[in-house]
Amino acid sequence: MAIAQTGTEKVKRGMAEMQKGGVIMDVVNAEQAKIAEEAGATAVMALERVPSDIRKAGGVARMADPTIVQEVLDAVTIPVMAKARIGHIVEARVLEALKVDYIDESEVLTPADDVYHIDKKAFTVPFVCGCRDLGEASRRIGEGAAMLRTKGEPGTGNIVEAVRHMRLVNSQVRKVVGMSKDELMVYAKEIGAPYEILLQIKEAGRLPVVNFAAGGVATPADAALMMELGADGVFVGSGIFKSENPAKFARAIVEATTYYQDYERIAELSKGLGTPMKGIDMGTLDASERMQDRGI
Amino acid sequence: MTVKIGVLALQGAVSEHVKALEKAGAKGYIVKNVEDLNDLDGLILPGGESTTMRRLLDKYRLFEAIQTFSESKPVFGTCAGLILMAKKIEGRKGPHLGLLDIDVRRNAFGRQVDSFEADLNIKHVADHYNGVFIRAPYIKSVGEGVEVLSTYEGNVVACREGRFLTSAFHPELTNDIRMHRYFVGMVEENA
Repeated sequence: MAIAQTGTEKVKRGMAEMQKGGVIMDVVNAEQAKIAEEAGATAVMALERVPSDIRKAGGVARMADPTIVQEVLDAVTIPVMAKARIGHIVEARVLEALKVDYIDESEVLTPADDVYHIDKKAFTVPFVCGCRDLGEASRRIGEGAAMLRTKGEPGTGNIVEAVRHMRLVNSQVRKVVGMSKDELMVYAKEIGAPYEILLQIKEAGRLPVVNFAAGGVATPADAALMMELGADGVFVGSGIFKSENPAKFARAIVEATTYYQDYERIAELSKGLGTPMKGIDMGTLDASERMQDRGI
Repeated sequence: MTVKIGVLALQGAVSEHVKALEKAGAKGYIVKNVEDLNDLDGLILPGGESTTMRRLLDKYRLFEAIQTFSESKPVFGTCAGLILMAKKIEGRKGPHLGLLDIDVRRNAFGRQVDSFEADLNIKHVADHYNGVFIRAPYIKSVGEGVEVLSTYEGNVVACREGRFLTSAFHPELTNDIRMHRYFVGMVEENA
């Protein structure tokens, strides 16, 4: 019998496969984590502040206090994810030492390195990273990301950027699938993608990792829309715990994600949810306020 | 006759199971609603999050429908599916579906950093089978009528009791379809 191998590509990517069709919810304490689990979340993301509050607070946003992460780890049996700053190798190692199940190397936090991302292959814990197009997606996979998500524009309650990113990545995947190998090399150069990753995508006919929607999901219909556009699942950040009735809202998002093409059902579950988060129009955001432009 | 096998599709690794079933000579179907169980010859409860799946099974009224289905049809549970099928779950009051006389421990190998791949021997199925374990459970003990198919470091990781089959690992995450072929055989015998 061969000795067991931990931290392999298969177990890292496989963990994300188990999340498919599910909703991953941002939580800031044990109580919220339990509400999320009760509502049917497939995982929670432990944070110090949800993205809309990070936006309001300004300043440098960092990894959550380990006390919060530990509190959430102890509160639920579903997997727990946590965010590290882009390029912050030590924050990531600390989260790994705490035994979180997935690390989000996230543009929602202030980047620690404005050039390099973390070499994620060097870790046993798997990583999820944001992407806006296939170039970013392929570079993150090349660095070892085992799961992707759209960047969207976090904390805005506006779905337009997540839609743009999901559509672009999927149309570029279709393009790659139809290309010949010589065209592929030039395309790799154009979008700054590793050739080998594009070749894998071409041969498999799909991304080699799961791709979730994130950034701006504010209603059950938003979640269903992202599934319709080909997302494997949904991250909901500020949307849930900034709504009037988080438990009800969370259950509605989960149900809309599973039954995303059952429109009568979505109509029913969308009734009486109260006001969703207010939301921000993209035109009113300064370039410096756009989180999606970080770590590309 | 080609048998029809459903895969519970509330969340988790659904499409992989459907693909593996088709390669193994069955017709694969997605099960999201009670009516989807009509005409099926067998059912797979896939990997995912057992806590989440149970909540959704109750909420969407699939729980009783699957119990009724299992009274005459074969069921195969992988990872989270195994937990749903067990009669005893450590640290939890009462079982979920309670189909198999086994006592299981959830996340028995640890959290995700402890997830692993290992070479297994599986009785009736394969020598040298790559088992992919993700936050996996194991079976602490089995009842009299249960046949142990595979162990890893002394713990039971696959077993069968009559028309029920379970594995703590994920056959759907590899290209090896021998586990699925074995289950398709069980369904064919029962149909």
